[in-house]
Amino acid sequence: MIDQLLSVVLDPLRLLDILIDGISSGAQYALFAAGLSLIFGIMRLVNLAHGDFIILAAYILFAISWVLGALGLPPELNPLLALLIAAPLLFALGYAVQRGVLNNTLGKDILPPLLVTFALSVILQNGLFLIFSPDTRSIDSGALSTAGINIGYRQVPVLALTTVGTALAVIGGLQYLFFRTALGRDFRAVSDDPEIAQLMGINRRQVFALSMGVAMVVVAIAGVMFGVAGSFDPYLGPSRLLSAFEAVIIGGVGSLWGTLAGGIVLGISEQFGSRAFGEEFKQISGHVAFLIILLLRPRGLFPRDKD
Amino acid sequence: MTKLRFTRRNVLRTGVAGGAAVAAGSLFMPAVHAQASTKIGYVTPATGPLAGFAEADDFVIGNIRDMFASKGVEIVVKDTQSSPARAAEVTQELIAEGVSMVLVASTPETTNPTASVCEANQVPCISSVAPWQPYFFGQGGDPATGFNYSYHFFWGLEDLMAVFAGMWNQLDTNKKVGGLFPNDGDGNAWGGAFPGFFGAQGFEIVDPGRYENLNSDFSSQISAFQSAGVDILTGVPIPPDFTTFWKQALAQGMKPKAASIGKAILFPVAVEALGNDGHNLSSEVWWTPSHPFTDSLLGLSAADVAGAYTSATGRQWTQPIGFVHALFEVADRVMETAGTGADDVAEALSTLSMDTVVGPVDWTSGPVKNVSKTPLVGGQWRGDGNGKYDMVITENALASNIALQGSMEPIFG
Repeated sequence: MIDQLLSVVLDPLRLLDILIDGISSGAQYALFAAGLSLIFGIMRLVNLAHGDFIILAAYILFAISWVLGALGLPPELNPLLALLIAAPLLFALGYAVQRGVLNNTLGKDILPPLLVTFALSVILQNGLFLIFSPDTRSIDSGALSTAGINIGYRQVPVLALTTVGTALAVIGGLQYLFFRTALGRDFRAVSDDPEIAQLMGINRRQVFALSMGVAMVVVAIAGVMFGVAGSFDPYLGPSRLLSAFEAVIIGGVGSLWGTLAGGIVLGISEQFGSRAFGEEFKQISGHVAFLIILLLRPRGLFPRDKD
Repeated sequence: MTKLRFTRRNVLRTGVAGGAAVAAGSLFMPAVHAQASTKIGYVTPATGPLAGFAEADDFVIGNIRDMFASKGVEIVVKDTQSSPARAAEVTQELIAEGVSMVLVASTPETTNPTASVCEANQVPCISSVAPWQPYFFGQGGDPATGFNYSYHFFWGLEDLMAVFAGMWNQLDTNKKVGGLFPNDGDGNAWGGAFPGFFGAQGFEIVDPGRYENLNSDFSSQISAFQSAGVDILTGVPIPPDFTTFWKQALAQGMKPKAASIGKAILFPVAVEALGNDGHNLSSEVWWTPSHPFTDSLLGLSAADVAGAYTSATGRQWTQPIGFVHALFEVADRVMETAGTGADDVAEALSTLSMDTVVGPVDWTSGPVKNVSKTPLVGGQWRGDGNGKYDMVITENALASNIALQGSMEPIFG
């Protein structure tokens, strides 16, 4: 084991590999976590069904791109087209779920929203199981899935670069929405003090519903990247939710760039663990990094000033 | 909730309704009962990540169901959804339904929980399509005593490794082999056995460790294989994971000369999922239409059995067709000779020796009690450039009665 550790630590190219692959898998975690971070930041809602929403999105995107493929459209383009079709649908779904269900649970007590989202999680898993069977699925991206770019000493998968680019764009876009638009001002106002915001004429229930809609668009983007990168089944949501939670907490609750940083910390730790100690240590390395950061900085790497 | 009240009126009313239901049951049931006095169960991963193994079940069982029904035997099929826990659960259900025997196929994750539940309940179980070591030792089998009610026929890891070595030795490689072994029954058995066997043959196994199934990121394994400079890939991933791995490996610029993969690329659908990137991938081959064996139920050749599948479904033959068929051949033979009593069946199985469509099944001469070995060869998938593949047998050192159809070609030259 020491040999393996040294062979990794002493080889700059293998360390660079850890950095590259860690950032790309971390970007995937960040995409997974961005919607969760957004929802928690605005309405202090811990959405236990977040992972299942992503799997739901992946299935919806799988179905749409399958239809597009059957119509003869090129598989390299279908995931993107499917996303354009699915994003408004998922926005509407998020809006409806928040207005119809979750708004009624928000209040001083944090337990009701937890229980309701947990129930949603169970309903989604079993609903997907009934509709799609437990067969694993993957969204076809044709030649994109095996394409790589040569960077001299190695080849980097185009999909990995796309994931990193997407994560940057999503976090950057959300940041812009938050700090540069009227809707973002409402989001921040409601997040800072819902009662005062209400007094100022902001309809809190409407703002919450819109933010859930936005979160679901992010979920759709995470779903497409996840579905293209690997295979999924109806029960995969909760296991992926754990990494998303860790990314949010490492980064600092409520900070979007922090969530990206948290995902990357998690990704690099896992890549380091699996290469230096063996594949068995992949997940546990991520969890250990999470615990260490929690011990050193209980509020995460980039905590918000006021919380 | 309303309380049940036992008034005279209520008791009369429910009594009459219940009586009517019982009467209706006995009126309509007898025809079925008279025909199917015996039930046998079949446990299979019809859905989930292992569903490829069960693709031909409907066809094979559909053919046999009528024949068995005429002998008064009903076949009850249960889906494990590819989950070991569910496999144990459905086996319990079958036993509760009073089956006199359970047949089970496809990977240790299916055969082991089923066989263990049967053994505990003293119900005979015949299994196949899992290498015998994970089946036998995976259930804590002791070679000195064995099991009383569980019998298995398939090949073993020693055969698989010999076949892989034979295939790799046909190519000019650096003899460095990257191993993709998941944390499951097969992965642990393969990962444990490969380094010793192949080390003695002059190969070096690069094993980055056991990973969890349904992984979406194989970059660390690929990096380990690339930095060791492996020419050969092997492993036993579940089908969706191999698809993910192979695409990421190609995207990271891996160019192996050979990739001999168990479990994941046994079936045409799994290779077709790779588009045109599955050309010259290789795997172990347990059964093909050209295997020179004849079925004992209808006297059909392997080619007839596979041909019937293709003409009925329009799909390419797959390896489990022969083995699922053979399970029912064995079940039929023991019921003919020993009836349906659990101990009689177990006794008959322990001395059974017969020819099936997958070759001889003989529990008197296996490597351990309860295990009979069937022949194993190796083959390569040859693509036609339009996403369709054919299996070509390229290695037959262990079973020279199965004809070679070509020699190994490197994936990347």
